Amino acid sequence: MAINTDVIGKTYPPTLYAVGREKVKEYARAVGEHNPIHLDHEAARAAGFADVVAPPMFAVVYSNAAILPGLFDPEVGIDFAHMVHGSQEFRWGPLVVAGDEITTTGTLTDVSERGGMGFYVFGTDSRNQDGETVCVGTWTNIVRTA
Amino acid sequence: MDTGDTFELKVTPDRYLTVRYAGASGDFNPIHIDEEFAKQVGLPGRILHGLWTMAQVARAHTEALGGPDKLERLSVQFRGMGVMEEEVAVTGTVREVDSERAVVESQATQGGKRIIRNGEATIRL
Repeated sequence: MAINTDVIGKTYPPTLYAVGREKVKEYARAVGEHNPIHLDHEAARAAGFADVVAPPMFAVVYSNAAILPGLFDPEVGIDFAHMVHGSQEFRWGPLVVAGDEITTTGTLTDVSERGGMGFYVFGTDSRNQDGETVCVGTWTNIVRTA
Repeated sequence: MDTGDTFELKVTPDRYLTVRYAGASGDFNPIHIDEEFAKQVGLPGRILHGLWTMAQVARAHTEALGGPDKLERLSVQFRGMGVMEEEVAVTGTVREVDSERAVVESQATQGGKRIIRNGEATIRL
């Protein structure tokens, strides 16, 4: 399998995501959250937050778009039909709440080949409107040999 | 919190879960929402989104250990395929504790198979 390591370090244009109250609630319901700070903006305000609080894994919603150009980048050459999500890491900073605007930059941090499989590692760095890092993601996709 | 403490979360995804999660997350890969497509590409049928299952692992931590602000880091490996209408069980075990942080190991299983393994979290105390 041919892999192109020349693309390691390639960075894609930042994406901007405006966190909406109803989107946070919809996501929280879909993942089965019970904590009212994710589901009820009055409860969130009573707990001292400006609005509903995004569950930590809502990070996928605001940061995913930053790596899509890399997944489909012809220079990277991922065989999308044979790609599986191998592993995932997130590191979180301050909580994200509805009303925040999150800017995410995606970078292809590593490309390697092991056992006939290609490993494509993307990093995302997400910051809120105050410049605080709210989440750093490491997304490892594995492409099986056809 | 002490080394060796454990927690568990059990959840059974209903047959429309992947449709709701696709809408909520924006991940409309047809292997999760189209039974015929999934079978055409060699799967037994529609499968769970790995990131939904990871969200259950995250929720197990935030519910057991004091809220979303406590979760500083979570890493997981995805293995196999999760399916709907069968219980998913998340288990976590506290491996290390110091004055500021704890390290927790976790996994998610379904029908005795691990669908998430090598989960490792850092918890702010």
